[in-house]
Amino acid sequence: MNRNKKGGHNMSKRTVSVWTDNRFWVRSAAWVTGFAAMLLIWLTFDTLSQISMGNDEDLKNGIAKRVPGPTVINYKITYEMSDKRGHEVPVIGGKEKFFGKDDWSEEEARALLHLGKLGSQAKNCMNCHTLLGNGAYYAPDLTKAWLDPAWGPTGPYLGMTGKDTKEEAMAEFLQHPSQYPTHERMMPDLKITADEAKGLVAFLKHMSSIDTNGFPRNFGKMSTDENGGLTLREKRGAQ
Amino acid sequence: MANQLKWEGQQLATWYFTVAVVLFGAQLLMGLIAATQFLYPSFLFEIFDFSVARMVHINALVVWMVYAMVGAAYWLLPEETGIEVVGIKLAKLGFIVLTAAVTVVVLVYILVQIGPADETTIWFINEGREYIEAPRWADIGIAVVLVGFLGHVFATAIKGKRTGIVTVLMADMIALVGLYLCGMGFTDSISMDQFWWWWVIHLWVEATWEVLVGVFAAFGLIRIIGANRDIVEMWLWIEVAMLFGSGILGMGHHYFWIGTPEYWWEIGALFSALEPLPLVAMFIHVTYDWGKEQGIAKAEGRGSAIANTPALAWFFTNAFGNFLGAGIWGFFHTLPQVNIYTHGTQFTSAHGHLAFFGAYATILIGIFYIAVQGTNGIKTLKMTTDGKWAISLINIGVFGMTVALTVSGYGQVLVERAMMGATWEAFFVSQDALWFVQGLGWRLVMGVVTLAGFVFLVKDLLSTGKNTMHVK
Repeated sequence: MNRNKKGGHNMSKRTVSVWTDNRFWVRSAAWVTGFAAMLLIWLTFDTLSQISMGNDEDLKNGIAKRVPGPTVINYKITYEMSDKRGHEVPVIGGKEKFFGKDDWSEEEARALLHLGKLGSQAKNCMNCHTLLGNGAYYAPDLTKAWLDPAWGPTGPYLGMTGKDTKEEAMAEFLQHPSQYPTHERMMPDLKITADEAKGLVAFLKHMSSIDTNGFPRNFGKMSTDENGGLTLREKRGAQ
Repeated sequence: MANQLKWEGQQLATWYFTVAVVLFGAQLLMGLIAATQFLYPSFLFEIFDFSVARMVHINALVVWMVYAMVGAAYWLLPEETGIEVVGIKLAKLGFIVLTAAVTVVVLVYILVQIGPADETTIWFINEGREYIEAPRWADIGIAVVLVGFLGHVFATAIKGKRTGIVTVLMADMIALVGLYLCGMGFTDSISMDQFWWWWVIHLWVEATWEVLVGVFAAFGLIRIIGANRDIVEMWLWIEVAMLFGSGILGMGHHYFWIGTPEYWWEIGALFSALEPLPLVAMFIHVTYDWGKEQGIAKAEGRGSAIANTPALAWFFTNAFGNFLGAGIWGFFHTLPQVNIYTHGTQFTSAHGHLAFFGAYATILIGIFYIAVQGTNGIKTLKMTTDGKWAISLINIGVFGMTVALTVSGYGQVLVERAMMGATWEAFFVSQDALWFVQGLGWRLVMGVVTLAGFVFLVKDLLSTGKNTMHVK
């Protein structure tokens, strides 16, 4: 590239080809950066419209959103293999009670989710757990925690907390985590109030309904929740 | 330390460097606490939990690097432009305000830790968003100080001589400051939250910071081995094209699983696969320039071309570490077909350790050596025994941590993700697996080795002025 003797002195004055001309590279850098930035901005507009949160109408009409509205807490959520997409996707089913009722209004559900999201940040969840796979690696990923068999009928938490429902067990655990140890590595007491715990559980349930393109992989495979002990694969095989 | 500095801007730079080194030490100590908690979970439980140690660990990392980068910019500005930093008094005030704010933020992290689930916590304690946990009052303060810094850079560059290096610095700083603003909002949607969060984290770390590395490498090579400015600046523009060309859309690899559309698989895979290329180019550039200048020096009978051996050694570590840590370790798990299993495991942590060290810590330590050379008025800075211990132990330590975490990561990925389907139980089974625990044991050992190297580094930097082996 550099055909000048003596280490290329006066190269800018004695340009021997376009490749050793600084102006060519300055313009290249500007064009490449500009093009990449424009493409990113264009894709950002498209992505933002696709990940904008849905609303209660969408849920009532069965319109699938990548990020459903807060009233998704009124519905049963499962994580099932989609043959069309080749990976598991969240499926929103029929009504399901959440803390005793399945008619949380849009405002109530939004307020609960808001409290939960604030709580997830105020309690610094992300510096032990991962959320959507991002965060620290000291504690389990929370992306699909709502669907985790640990909180289902075959898991340990319902019995340990003495609660009848998953959401109550989760809320109880969040308020007094070190009272219910399952492993040497425990969650510390973060002074989470009963209201905050409710919000956090709503946040977790909502997060499990987000379409994460199949992450985590094979999560449904191990799930025994509501499947009578069968894995989803076995269940599909039986159909 | 005797002060031989001609420019007040460089004096200010040494203030930034001093705080950077202190925070670097804090980062290592916090890392050791967190690494110990992985092995002995009861250590400081409910007193100084993992989440706190880890938060301070990664925040100290980001802040010491930003301090060192701002310091490096103030160091090179007067030399490049040939004039004093414009508004130097205000710039010094900015340093004091920023440092006071950082001190308060760290004290609140350590002493208050968490707050109730309302806006006051977000405003005054922490925002709970990995890497950019700083509460909102500090966010605003940091943004104001950074805008001020941008003003000093631009005013100085416009008034003085504007070299290619300074031009790239100016453009990059606008992007750096602008992007910080993307991380300040609150939203109820975790997908939307992480979408904008990556605009700060990715576009800082994998784009604007990398360009800064290019700027510092260019400046450093001219200072250390007398590299030809035309060649160095041409390389810099090539690097900018390659770094931004791959890095901006390489952001796609963070949009695989956060609720964003599937087309990011292809975009993220393609552009992030290209991301190692500029790092190869930077490695070739440093090696080529050194070989060339050394050859010329030899032909002219001048002996060595190197005016600052430890700085050049650290620049080489940078060229190699950037390629290895950011390039190779990043590429390992950047394709969505692999990433769906490895995302959010110790594998990510292995990559993070070597990438931040290889890409940034190394070159900034090189800049520290350039600063002690200038501050003490040394013509030729030699490699001391302490300096050799420092570079050896730190490199062995960080690379050792990376290998150990990679081994643990493999174990975790296969057991937790592939075999058991990523449930809570799967997570805990993987964490108790013997090979996983052994990996984390070696990580702690290597962390201690790194800290020992850091002690030698500080000793070496502080004793440079008194050491008689350097040529004044």
